[in-house]
Amino acid sequence: MRRILFISLVVLVAALFVACTQQPTQPQSASPQSAQATANELTIFSWWTAGGEADGLAELIKLFEAQNPGVKVVNAAVAGGAGTNAKAVLKTRMLGGDPPGTFQVHGGAELIEQWVKSKYMAPITSLFDELGLRDKFPKQLLDLVTYNGQIYAVPSNIHRGNVLWYNKAIFDKQHLTPPKTIDDLLVVCKKLKAAGVTPLSLGSREKWPVTHLFEDLLLAAGGADFYRDLFAGKIAWTDNRVKLALSTLQSLMPYFNDDHAALTWDQATGLVQQGKAAMNVMGDWAKGYFTANHAKPNVDFGAVPTPGTVGFFVVVTDTFGLPAKAPNPKATLAFLKVVASVEGQVNFNLKKGSIPARIDVPTGQFDEIARATMADFAANVLVPSCAHGSAVIESFVTALNDQLSVFIAGGNADETAKALEAAARDAGIRH
Amino acid sequence: MHIGKGEIPPLAPRMHSALGRNDIFVAATTPGRGTLKHTGRERWLSAGLLAPSFALVALFVYGFIAWSGFISLTAWRGMLPDYTFVGLKQYGDLFANARFQRDLLNTGVFTLAFLVGNLFLGLLLAVLLDRRLRGETFFRNLFLFPMAVSFVVTGTIWVWIFNPHSGLNVLFTALGFNTANWKWIIDPHMALYCVVMAAVWQMAGFTMAQYLAGLRGIADDVREAARIDGANEAQIFRHILLPQLWPVTVGAIVILGHISLKIFDLVFVMTGGGPARATDVPGIYMFEATFRGDLYARGAAIGIVMLLMVAVLIVPYLIYSRRMDRS
Repeated sequence: MRRILFISLVVLVAALFVACTQQPTQPQSASPQSAQATANELTIFSWWTAGGEADGLAELIKLFEAQNPGVKVVNAAVAGGAGTNAKAVLKTRMLGGDPPGTFQVHGGAELIEQWVKSKYMAPITSLFDELGLRDKFPKQLLDLVTYNGQIYAVPSNIHRGNVLWYNKAIFDKQHLTPPKTIDDLLVVCKKLKAAGVTPLSLGSREKWPVTHLFEDLLLAAGGADFYRDLFAGKIAWTDNRVKLALSTLQSLMPYFNDDHAALTWDQATGLVQQGKAAMNVMGDWAKGYFTANHAKPNVDFGAVPTPGTVGFFVVVTDTFGLPAKAPNPKATLAFLKVVASVEGQVNFNLKKGSIPARIDVPTGQFDEIARATMADFAANVLVPSCAHGSAVIESFVTALNDQLSVFIAGGNADETAKALEAAARDAGIRH
Repeated sequence: MHIGKGEIPPLAPRMHSALGRNDIFVAATTPGRGTLKHTGRERWLSAGLLAPSFALVALFVYGFIAWSGFISLTAWRGMLPDYTFVGLKQYGDLFANARFQRDLLNTGVFTLAFLVGNLFLGLLLAVLLDRRLRGETFFRNLFLFPMAVSFVVTGTIWVWIFNPHSGLNVLFTALGFNTANWKWIIDPHMALYCVVMAAVWQMAGFTMAQYLAGLRGIADDVREAARIDGANEAQIFRHILLPQLWPVTVGAIVILGHISLKIFDLVFVMTGGGPARATDVPGIYMFEATFRGDLYARGAAIGIVMLLMVAVLIVPYLIYSRRMDRS
């Protein structure tokens, strides 16, 4: 037995030795082949695998193939976990030196902190200048894809984070109007609770929906400049406005469904759609949930900006860029051109259910709620979403999620603010 | 029980029978020694056949464990690898971290409750089935079946059952109980035990099967002898059966223990670690630190701590079973 082990060890070492000595010659023999294989190929990486998202991506691919007949598109979408699985696969590919032609990434911190600062991306500023795109997107949006004066990605679509969804039948029955300020919200909640209705719904099993609500409360407590400075590390997390947002969250807690810890965001939105709760704060992707369950916009349900954030637009944007080691940069740039085009923006967003990132596109084909969102997008102050990775580095978001999940179960605002300041220092956003 | 040399024992499950074990062991192993000669060619063949899996295990299991151990000693955070050596700093930070302290406590409570629940329920079911009831096969399969379901499915179902608005409370209200204050999985003091119950539901059938095999392996004549000596059934169970089931118990503790120390999927699906860290475990923290927060060194350190916890359980077992094999 021992001898067999020894011999197999010898065979193993020999095999490894052969493999290692062959390695230097490998690229020489393999590279012409792989170059040939990738010359006419474009790999598009995303987590759009189902429903409207996949349909929207197919529209972009259709436009690209019509303009670039020689190039074969490989749709490398990875399913599952709201992008978590895809992001893990993407990291493996990028770190392993095998980047896709282009990939879906949220504009802001997720793009800049993760990929641009680590030099995995190449700038595409010249594409923007060549096509005259700089004034076609809002400046505050381009700021999210800009680092050191260079632009690194094309935004393909916009979702709004700060939306309050409400059940029209409940509001009509109680003779209520949708609240505009935090004070209004507390009054409405009190009335609804007295009438035996659950005022607000929340699903905190996955922690991000709490952070999603909290970022709106931060905005309500201090405005856009405060919000940006806070996430940029210029303001301490022990600031009174942070504590105000925390105490607002605390005063809202009695008005939520008590089983929020057991629900996901879509189940919480479902409570409003089914008339079991009156209001829910969720991004505009919730519209898809309502309409898929045959609820009609502005008839069965309504949408207004989250109380206290009127005039602000919390941006969640998907973007596409050019990896520094992209195998076929020409094809990637041709695809980014399609993403940036009026036709690409309209066709993609009609299918996906979001709104175009460009502000000069015809609005005629979009529905009423989308048109209202487009008007707000062009006119409002834009701020990046924290819960969805645009405002701040991800390691801080995970710490914020964790602290808020402890806070809503009966935490103390001062202690939580202190813990958040410590987390901000640990994540390197405060020095 | 006498089996001639060279014959194959008729009943493989009887191998564990206390009485005949050594006979069979010798019978089953001796033929190979005398008749098979290892020629040089065969030796190379077996070495060649072993080498690929040996290489794969060496690289993808032990190689990556070593790599994780190395990363846990560095300062790597963010997308760019950073191999600055910082010693045990990551471990120091971890053990000072309130969340990780809670995770360790939760793992301890979870493992203890999971083991006790499984061993008790598994043994109870096995003893009941050992009475050779009618429909034994049906019940045996019924209890074993949850094992075929993945933890993700189990978690999805049990989170509905433990939701105070859709599950058990509906049943108990219908039975006339006042369930207003029964919060189950949304109560931070109850949530961990709710997850344990779901886990026990899934694995109790496995423990039962282990115990049942153990019970069937104990020869009837031992029980008969005890009965003739005047022992009652409780005494037989306590003094005859239970001691002989000890190896089964040890095996079950090792297998169940390594599941509960590494638990991730069930908790992730049922509670995501909440409410308020009540069910958070190292696996979830490792996932969030590594794959969401890009804190690679911290994630590696959590992974190594989990490995050590499992090692504390398994290494004594390996030593124990090696000693048993020798004797």
